[in-house]
Amino acid sequence: MVDVRSGIGEALPPPEVEDVELYHPHSWWTRYVFSQDAKIIAIQYATTAIAIGMVALVLSWLMRLQLGFPDTFQLVDAEAYYQYITMHGMIMVIYLLTALFLGGFGNYLIPLMVGARDMVFPYANMLSYWIYLLAVLVLVASFFAPGGPTGAGWTLYPPQAVLSGTPGGRDWGIILMLSSLIIFIIGFTMGGLNYVVTVLQGRARGMTLMRMPLTVWGIFTATVMALLAFPALFVACVMMLFDRLLGTSFFMPAIVEMGEQLQHGGGSPILFQHLFWFFGHPEVYIVALPAFGIVSDLISTHARKNIFGYRMMVWAIVIIGGLSFIVWAHHMYVSGMNPYFGFFFATTTLIIAVPTAIKVYNWVLTLWRGDIHLTLPMLFALAFIVTFVNGGLTGLFLGNVVVDVPLSDTMFVVAHFHMVMGVAPILVIFGAIYHWYPKITGRMLNETLGQIHFWVTFVGAYAIFFPMHYVGLAGVPRRYHELGEAAFVPESINDLNAFISIMALIVGAAQILFLFNLVWSLRHGREAGGNPWRATTLEWQTPETPPPHGNWGKELPVVYRWAYDYSVPGAPEDFIPQNHPTPGGASHEAAP
Amino acid sequence: MAVVVILVLLALGSVLFHVLSPWWWTPIASNWSFIDNTIIITFWITGFAFVAIVLFMAYCVLRFRHRPGNTADYEPENRRLESWLATGTTLGVAAMLTPGLFVWNQFITVPDGAAEVEVVGQQWLWNFRLPGADGKLGTTDARDVKPENPLGLNRNDAASLDDLIIEGGELHLPIGKPVKVLLRSVDVLHDFYVPEFRAKMDMVPGMVTYLWLTPTRTGTFEILCAELCGVGHPQMRGTVVVDTEEDYQAWLAEQQTFSQLSASSETRSPVTAMAAATAQHKAP
Amino acid sequence: MSVMMVFLAAIAAIIIWWLAQQRLASRPWLEVGHAHDHRRSQPLPAEKVGLGVFLAVVGSLFALSISAYFMRMASSDWGALPLPGLLWVNTGVLALASLALHRTRIEAERQHDDAARTALLMALAAGLAFLVGQLFAWRTLVGSGYVLANNPANSFFYMLTGLHGLHIIGGLAALGRTIARVRLGALDRRARLLIELCAIYWHFMLVVWLVLFVLLSGWANEVIDFCRQLLT
Repeated sequence: MVDVRSGIGEALPPPEVEDVELYHPHSWWTRYVFSQDAKIIAIQYATTAIAIGMVALVLSWLMRLQLGFPDTFQLVDAEAYYQYITMHGMIMVIYLLTALFLGGFGNYLIPLMVGARDMVFPYANMLSYWIYLLAVLVLVASFFAPGGPTGAGWTLYPPQAVLSGTPGGRDWGIILMLSSLIIFIIGFTMGGLNYVVTVLQGRARGMTLMRMPLTVWGIFTATVMALLAFPALFVACVMMLFDRLLGTSFFMPAIVEMGEQLQHGGGSPILFQHLFWFFGHPEVYIVALPAFGIVSDLISTHARKNIFGYRMMVWAIVIIGGLSFIVWAHHMYVSGMNPYFGFFFATTTLIIAVPTAIKVYNWVLTLWRGDIHLTLPMLFALAFIVTFVNGGLTGLFLGNVVVDVPLSDTMFVVAHFHMVMGVAPILVIFGAIYHWYPKITGRMLNETLGQIHFWVTFVGAYAIFFPMHYVGLAGVPRRYHELGEAAFVPESINDLNAFISIMALIVGAAQILFLFNLVWSLRHGREAGGNPWRATTLEWQTPETPPPHGNWGKELPVVYRWAYDYSVPGAPEDFIPQNHPTPGGASHEAAP
Repeated sequence: MAVVVILVLLALGSVLFHVLSPWWWTPIASNWSFIDNTIIITFWITGFAFVAIVLFMAYCVLRFRHRPGNTADYEPENRRLESWLATGTTLGVAAMLTPGLFVWNQFITVPDGAAEVEVVGQQWLWNFRLPGADGKLGTTDARDVKPENPLGLNRNDAASLDDLIIEGGELHLPIGKPVKVLLRSVDVLHDFYVPEFRAKMDMVPGMVTYLWLTPTRTGTFEILCAELCGVGHPQMRGTVVVDTEEDYQAWLAEQQTFSQLSASSETRSPVTAMAAATAQHKAP
Repeated sequence: MSVMMVFLAAIAAIIIWWLAQQRLASRPWLEVGHAHDHRRSQPLPAEKVGLGVFLAVVGSLFALSISAYFMRMASSDWGALPLPGLLWVNTGVLALASLALHRTRIEAERQHDDAARTALLMALAAGLAFLVGQLFAWRTLVGSGYVLANNPANSFFYMLTGLHGLHIIGGLAALGRTIARVRLGALDRRARLLIELCAIYWHFMLVVWLVLFVLLSGWANEVIDFCRQLLT
């Protein structure tokens, strides 16, 4: 085969995808609206996700006002509270986090980071976005449907999800919710195929798997997981729609609803839970793995040091991805399933803690003897580590089957998953936006606004969710819009709840500042240049910034080294771009 | 620099909050102090890990923050360090998991001779059933649920007739005796949750789940529903009273059997679920 | 979920096999230069890989449905329904479609363009006939009183065959597009690729159908019972 010592330029392995004929846009519509350019699609995904995310944010305000001051504000009754809680959860998990990490960052970064001109199936990619938008619109429509959106909780457990005791159960709410999820999954599959195959087949010459930035590894693994896990939600949604609309009994046992015998019989609510969590647990890592990958790159770049233990990081991502398919029933310890499953699932769950912990150590060890620039992306990365470690450790409580018994379905769970898959990944999203905004727009985000945004968000979010664990530990169940009189908790728990609510309002308000910054800096931000962070990865080496359709001009980049050549001894600068050919970086003349 | 101060404050503040704050679990009233102990072990291990990582990070930021002339080290990996850390973590995880699994084994193994009690959930109140003189609970079927037979007992089963039925009232349990609580629901998922007992289990329509416990102190405790069951979920409250043996027997004697209830159902207006739920909310 | 676990194990085996060739244990920081990229010089077309990944997704969908089928089957109200004999014919017709596509592929490779076109049209006709046959099977069942909501076995029958039918419709659409493309002009490389993709997809759907057929006819029950006994 190829001689390792052969000179540069000889016998380069050919690209796996021939230089594809790009679909060149002819009009404003095809350039910016029905665009097949992954970067435009990424921005469309991100804008839609953030817009619907704002709805979820407002809902969380209303819920916190109710929880913090149950007697002062009468604006939320039980029915509205359940509707808000359901929509908030579903929007955040699926329509914001999944869509933003995979559809947003995946679309923008994968082709650029692996050195491709675009995704391999640009047309399907475009369709993916429009189907996602349709899913979002169907979801939003349920706010205006008779009976309002469903209030079944984001877990949508039957039978209550389709019965009249639940808002939207006998109206349009649940139907629209399930339909929206089905549409989302169809759209996601189209996008997901692109992300996977682009990584498999679209890599530039020299870009071996072990030279890929961890961001790509994270998004790639998460997408593979999503492609295998989303069908479980799809099947569950289809079956529940059958139960709701056509009177089948997949999940519905014999039920006496408000004194009236229903026609159903023999179905198993637990079956739904198995299907739901077979999707639901991998979903946690579908959100977490891209965050893991991105944060690795942020830390490495801004600490000017290679990521510590790159191989271990890659293996950990793959192992976590695989293991996450055999832990789903740890969400069901008290569901009434066969109790002996508890031994197995507690063990697998706690085993996942080991590769996850290794990732945390490696992030922290990357800081060790680094040259830490406390830029905004770095600050967000540090904040991510704190919140992720905190949330990950409380996961050890809930994963350990018997410890879960008193804590499950309490506010402890709410605090845990908000910390670990709410706050932590969103901090990464912020860090990533501060990091890549200069590439996307050519301008830096405003630093002062960013600093305010960071401090309020980080400290505030911690102050919301850390004390919330203790609300749960005291025994307060989740999904109660008011606790009422309860002898088992001290009266002062109300003060703690009020404090949490005030912090939530403040943190929410800080996000408006962030949105303002995004818009303001488009025009008024400092000019960034092509590579403001002096980063090694390919997306910073494009000939133009922002990169045009096709990314690379005439020649595709050729990759000569891994993604983490920071502070290489003997190199003239503290970074060597991946497409820089000189071995060892002894002469480094072509700094971008 | 501010970030160093904040990180340190955050780590120490979290520990102080844990130690000083008044918000902690309610005193236990069952034999499941093992569970509490496992939680304490977990708090120690995870607390140590959290503080160590955050303080180490703060130190790194302080020591290696960018100053002119600084350069980072080039250290792709250190297998030895990584394997040490992995081993340490594995040990820590095992130290939490092992006691957890042992206690779980106890949790799901009901001791011989445990008395049986049935709790039946419906939107949104709690009903209870105790075996009558024959010591056996009769069979049930959700299809048999009628206003005069709210728990759906099988009239053709002799064992049902003497079962004691408590609709929306209080459940009493004798102190110091193990009890197996059978859990059933006639409509949607509920979850039998008494914070003082620590134990908790979903009630699933179409099947019977269980948990067991031994009450260890007398008192009146609140039953909550811990699985979302519709708009009345937070109002679905019940009461469980742990009695001394004499008090328990006295209470038991006052309860009506299924056959007595059936006989009197003609004179009594059928209690619908909704009305009972509102009455239940104000129950003494 | 045991069916899904078996399916996942198969997928995991493929992923591990593939990862094993990617030199995951190499030390990338020691390897500077282009010469470490050992990819084959004749790579698979992206469309083929894409189809492979898509079939994994479809496989996952059916594996999960079948898992649900077995879990629901354990309930006492399960009453299997008698399969209409028409399904045997449909199975034959679907196999015919698969065969026709196989033939198309061979003829296309031999540059026998007209023969390939004919076989392609035959596949389309067989695919349509299969769908119509499935609809008639539904009608027969409904006519003899086996309606959707009567019994979970019926519900699963309609749901599984429906899901499969939807995938067949998707396959027909792809087939239609391919025919539109090859109708005029010689079969170029791209056309041959499209034909091959269609063939792979239809073979896969045939396998899925055979699995479903065995499942719905109840022949698999004894095997399943045996497995259950092994587990308990």
